[in-house]
Amino acid sequence: MTVTQQIITIALCVLGTMLTRFLPFLIFNESRGTPSYIQYLGKVLPGAIFSMLIVYCFRNVSFLQYSYGLPELLSVSAVIILHCYKRNMLLSIAGGTICYMLLVQLVF
Amino acid sequence: MQQSKKEIIKKAFVSAFPYTIPIFAGFWFLGIAYGIYMNVSGFSFVYPMIMSIVIYGGSLEFIAVSMLLSPFAPVQVFVMTLMIQARHLFYGIAMLDKFKNMGWKKFYLIFGLCDETFSINYTAEIAEDVDRGWFYFFVTLLDHLYWFSGAAIGGLLGNLIQFNTEGLDFVMIAMFVVIFLEQWLKEKHHFSAWIGFISGVACLVLFGGDSFLVPTMICILVCLSWFRKPIEKEGGIV
Repeated sequence: MTVTQQIITIALCVLGTMLTRFLPFLIFNESRGTPSYIQYLGKVLPGAIFSMLIVYCFRNVSFLQYSYGLPELLSVSAVIILHCYKRNMLLSIAGGTICYMLLVQLVF
Repeated sequence: MQQSKKEIIKKAFVSAFPYTIPIFAGFWFLGIAYGIYMNVSGFSFVYPMIMSIVIYGGSLEFIAVSMLLSPFAPVQVFVMTLMIQARHLFYGIAMLDKFKNMGWKKFYLIFGLCDETFSINYTAEIAEDVDRGWFYFFVTLLDHLYWFSGAAIGGLLGNLIQFNTEGLDFVMIAMFVVIFLEQWLKEKHHFSAWIGFISGVACLVLFGGDSFLVPTMICILVCLSWFRKPIEKEGGIV
């Protein structure tokens, strides 16, 4: 690939990314107002998005081969327990990450 | 009492910064890994530096490395980008109201609307006396800087860095789990969360890890539209 072709490739990545980020704001701009269906989606989508992101995080974990997703599941449980118990975002994240690092480095 | 502009900005920065600490850990880890990956793939450090600023989307940037190493295929690159990044459409729809009347900041807030920044900006409980616009701005800017500096360091130092931090990338998953929990605890009912989860798992099994996002999004849209009446009857989500 020549340098020009590389620049075009990177520019297309930028263009595609920005299209997906800006499109909703371009279609439903402030002056035109937002249809009630889109307002409804804006309210109910996030709940579904955050579940989708969790699944996205686990897309490369193999549950059928060793280590069967065990370090991931155990560490996620640690995050949930810590968070329900203390409700401190940084503590839950740090605790879960340390738990995962210990598990993958020492146990599995 | 009237606050001076400087105080408003400072207050927003001080309240935004703690939210970005986990992202700092995650972005430095992933950013450095990305920079190293580009370096060992034979690219100058200028590439990860520029790409981390202008594309600013982790998963696409990793895939862009292999696209840059393959024969030139502009249409394929563009279609691939749209498929990987389509989830941003949802973030935009969710932020339509929150980003109203943000003036000049709005352009940058939309430009930097990545997974992590969206998750923080959507769920953070911003105190009454903190300026929302500046809060969003600093979360976006700090995240952007973390990613850029990580990629630059990785690209510059390349394979000099010895990794003994196996598992540190879990910090990003841990953050998404916490954000999910916060949303879950705030919701009156969990229709959306279940729809997202079931669609995600079903599509992951059917389509595999590389191409399940777009089908998942379509599934979510269909389900949420289909069940609009009962969901609204329950009195909305939050």
